[in-house]
Amino acid sequence: MPRPKLIRKVSNPPLFKGFKPIGGVENTHVVVMNFEEYESIRLSDYELLGQMRASVQMGVSRSTFARIYESARRKVALSFTEGLPIIFEGGKVYFDSEWYQCNDCGSLFNNHDRETLVIECSLCGSKNIEQFSDESDETSQNMELIQGNHHGKCRKQRERNFKCK
Amino acid sequence: MKIAITSTGNSTDSFLDSRFGRCSWFIIYDTELTSTEFIPNPNIDSIEGAGIASARLIASKGAEKVISGEFGAKVKGVFDSLNIKLIVIKEDNKQIKDIIKLLDK
Repeated sequence: MPRPKLIRKVSNPPLFKGFKPIGGVENTHVVVMNFEEYESIRLSDYELLGQMRASVQMGVSRSTFARIYESARRKVALSFTEGLPIIFEGGKVYFDSEWYQCNDCGSLFNNHDRETLVIECSLCGSKNIEQFSDESDETSQNMELIQGNHHGKCRKQRERNFKCK
Repeated sequence: MKIAITSTGNSTDSFLDSRFGRCSWFIIYDTELTSTEFIPNPNIDSIEGAGIASARLIASKGAEKVISGEFGAKVKGVFDSLNIKLIVIKEDNKQIKDIIKLLDK
């Protein structure tokens, strides 16, 4: 049995369902692009991150990221040359939520529903809040973790050391 | 609305437990009835998967928010998919009754 796939982190899911070619013949085939593939194109070609940083952000290894990205590029190429619509669907992902900090009670809280705007602290109801980002901190921590090879045993141990402080 | 708080003991005088999966007690606070329910955490001694098992327990009680000192990477995704909001309080030695006061404001 192959090792199960790591769950990938998607921080910005697309706000629409897909793309359609203009004109041409109506096509019954579609190209199904996973959310993780969309995210890999976004990180590499829109945010212009290197593979190493992009892979850390998605929570996968550098080589896995390269594989996802290659598959994504091929799907885009297939869609462009054959005039097929692209649908964003599926993939082993979870959507990372936005975090906010309350300046009154000092708590951090998150909002996973991107449609609604956060106006007050979910603990004390104060409106004195700001968006919280610990990306640099998180990235440096994960960078340390990623060193070495990815054999299962070491990874588990590293995860445990990391989590059970 | 029901809110789950991780606690070190089974009274409102005890302190917030800084871990989520292996905390000692869960306190389910109901803001409408202003009632509290204390549940001992069955996953204190589990080697693996304590966070996810605890998340299931919280979800089965119908809580919409969870307050703790820290959440593991696996649990964040579980709560996101269950539409349960997370609140992290970094301060040590925060008493449960203080948190309840903040919630009632």
